[in-house]
Amino acid sequence: MSEEFLGQALIYLGAAVISVPIAKRFGLGSVLGYLVAGMIIGPFGMNLGGGRDVMHFAEFGVVLMLFLIGLELQPNLLWRMRVPILGLGCSQVLVSAFLISALVFMIGSLPWQSSLVIGMVLALSSTAITLQMLNEKGLLNTDGGQNSFAVLLFQDIAIIPMLALFPLLAIYPVVDTDPQHTTLVEGLPAWEHTLIVLGTVAFIIVAGRFIVGHIFRIIAKTRLREIFTAAALLLVIGITLLMTVVGLSPALGTFLAGVVLANSEYRHELEADIEPFKGILLGLFFISVGASIDFGMISGMPITVTGLVAALIMVKLCALLILGRYFGMALDQNILFSMSLAQGGEFGFVLFAFAESSGVLTPAITDLLVAVVALSMACAPLMMIVNERLIQPRFGSLGNDKRKADDIDRKRDVIIVGFGDFGNIVGRLLKASGVEATLLDLDSDNVDLLRKLGFNVFYGDASRLDLLRAAGAEHAKALVIAIRDPDEIHGLVETCKKNFPHLKILSRASARTDAYDLLDQGVTLVYRDSFDTALRLGTDALCELGFRQHHAYRCAQIFRKHDEEYLRELAKMRHDKTTYLNQSRRRIRDLEEILLEERSVIDEQRDVGWDTDSMIHEARLKAEDKGKA
Amino acid sequence: MEPYISGKTLILFAHPALQKSRVNKVLATAVRDHSAVTFHDLYEEYPDYHIDIAREQELLEAHDVIVFQHPVFWYSIPSLLKEWLDQVFEHGWAYGREGNALAGKTLLSVMTTGAREDAYLGGEKSHTIRELMAPIEAMASLCGMVYPPPFVVHGAHLMTAETMEKHAADYLRVIDAISLGCIDFAKAKSLPRLNMDLDNLIAKPSKQP
Repeated sequence: MSEEFLGQALIYLGAAVISVPIAKRFGLGSVLGYLVAGMIIGPFGMNLGGGRDVMHFAEFGVVLMLFLIGLELQPNLLWRMRVPILGLGCSQVLVSAFLISALVFMIGSLPWQSSLVIGMVLALSSTAITLQMLNEKGLLNTDGGQNSFAVLLFQDIAIIPMLALFPLLAIYPVVDTDPQHTTLVEGLPAWEHTLIVLGTVAFIIVAGRFIVGHIFRIIAKTRLREIFTAAALLLVIGITLLMTVVGLSPALGTFLAGVVLANSEYRHELEADIEPFKGILLGLFFISVGASIDFGMISGMPITVTGLVAALIMVKLCALLILGRYFGMALDQNILFSMSLAQGGEFGFVLFAFAESSGVLTPAITDLLVAVVALSMACAPLMMIVNERLIQPRFGSLGNDKRKADDIDRKRDVIIVGFGDFGNIVGRLLKASGVEATLLDLDSDNVDLLRKLGFNVFYGDASRLDLLRAAGAEHAKALVIAIRDPDEIHGLVETCKKNFPHLKILSRASARTDAYDLLDQGVTLVYRDSFDTALRLGTDALCELGFRQHHAYRCAQIFRKHDEEYLRELAKMRHDKTTYLNQSRRRIRDLEEILLEERSVIDEQRDVGWDTDSMIHEARLKAEDKGKA
Repeated sequence: MEPYISGKTLILFAHPALQKSRVNKVLATAVRDHSAVTFHDLYEEYPDYHIDIAREQELLEAHDVIVFQHPVFWYSIPSLLKEWLDQVFEHGWAYGREGNALAGKTLLSVMTTGAREDAYLGGEKSHTIRELMAPIEAMASLCGMVYPPPFVVHGAHLMTAETMEKHAADYLRVIDAISLGCIDFAKAKSLPRLNMDLDNLIAKPSKQP
């Protein structure tokens, strides 16, 4: 590994680690933190590195983000969003493009071709910034958030015809085409191109539906976590390349793959695996946007640049507000929707470069416009803060409570870890009582079978914090631990106690000593594997020996209560007295103590409400008194 | 006997299906957080009918007024409350030569019935609530406890939310009056139910002893 690479990583990670917590601390959101970090370390700040290369690399973060969003969105929900995607999305692109083109044409007095291209590119908004902000503030599931998402999705589709259109509008001599942009389909007739595109989309859907699941099942069987992660990344990178080859947006392709896999049992595991990569790359992307802002040029013509940024934001904002109103959004949601989309997008960087090489725009203009787009992106978090602090309070809500119950993913109240013989009894009892649980299991065959039976089972290693989070541990009320291995249980409890202190933990314990350990960890609801079964067997044995059923049952009840209390007592005591004893001697000693204690306990227990001895005794005394009298 | 009874109240609440309850839920909500009340939900504490006798006796000893709050099932108390009585009211503790732990305390029944009051008018075809609760009254008397007429809410099946609230307010009024010592149970002696004439039984604040 080259030292240069490590040095760069050091600078980027260092900038993120320092600036993001500060931005968060002041309630400014992570995006602004990253952008500022980028400005500071960029070529126009301290000049520590950065620039376009990093940005191209980091754009992969956007691809990963759309994959994750796809995973959260089941196909039928996507279908339900068709009206906002096609109606609102299409009209946003058309109206904004028209307004901006017209203004550029009239005021900027550029040729109409150039004006049209500028209008189209600036009509796009930043998927990365908008979605990250909405997600971070928990606004993605509000009406405004959903509509923003729909518009962004349409914009991703709209890029394809734009790329096709630009070369037709050329007015300057064509510069050498960037070899990166050559694709397999270039030069093919339109119908073949369309066929290939449709074929690719169909391939992703069919493969995701029928093949990928089997592959993941085989990989899951190896029980090697890193191989699963590698497979997940492989999937996303594969789709990205495939999409690039046929000239489609990679983000769109991975989004589609995510939607197809949203019903899969590997969903939570995939989410957990991809999430950290997405987070880091997206952060890197924001930093590189910050770094690319050309302060030299801005200080050269400050009035032009700020004027253009303000004009861009205002035009987009007005267009969005009018459309939002036309599509029937409530005012507070409409403002959220419009404010979140009123900026230029990261695709602008690529498209302007492409337009320049296609001979529609001159380098002087693209440089200026790239600076405007980058600055408008930097303004986006500020606008969200204005919306959140100054505008939304007037409406008395941030729309959080308007979340529809079945939007995206209904989080469940209970998570059951381990769905073998033990967990399955717990899960079935809950289900029979009308409580649906999220189930996690590591046995891929088992997961497969149970899903066929209609259980909400996911494959995954529950000792991982990220997987627990993906399974909804933050919103759940209770966690049922039904796995056997004491060390795994110990780790899981530790993770939960630290990260989800609100979760009520109910844990299985194989042996008495495991129960002690759990009690030590502060878990109060501990269930020993064999305890209840053995008690039932013992009760039946008493009955076979001639005890009356109810008597035997009461004996077992008394025994159970005593044993549970004694278990807790011994769990505390063992630390004071027996630290010097080794494990096996301690077990024997404990057992001795328990047996001695128990011998008397059933006798002592007062079931005397039914006991007439004392009454007979007293009746006798009375009779004797009468006799004496 | 001192006509005004005051002190700490222990409510023994017995409802096996509270999730389906209409009236008892409203009544319980009205009093459960009262500062002078210990609210003891029996079906919640002892789903397996395995009653902790020592703990229950301690609770009883620490309170002056004991309330049995329950719906009427088959003209009687719910089975867990009967089990509780069988187990907790021990010979030698509650009654018998040396049993006087409950002597001087007050036992008040608070009941709901599904049917209307005209199903409990007595005579040839029916029994009054007081007749039906004779076993409880007899038990209270054997243990040396005062047993005033029960607080009865009739007609729970078809009760409107408004009426429920009115009964809940009456219940709270009684519990409040007990804590302040301004309810005269002796005056109620011949009433079919306590909540018939609360204005007359509960002294105005100025007349408080």
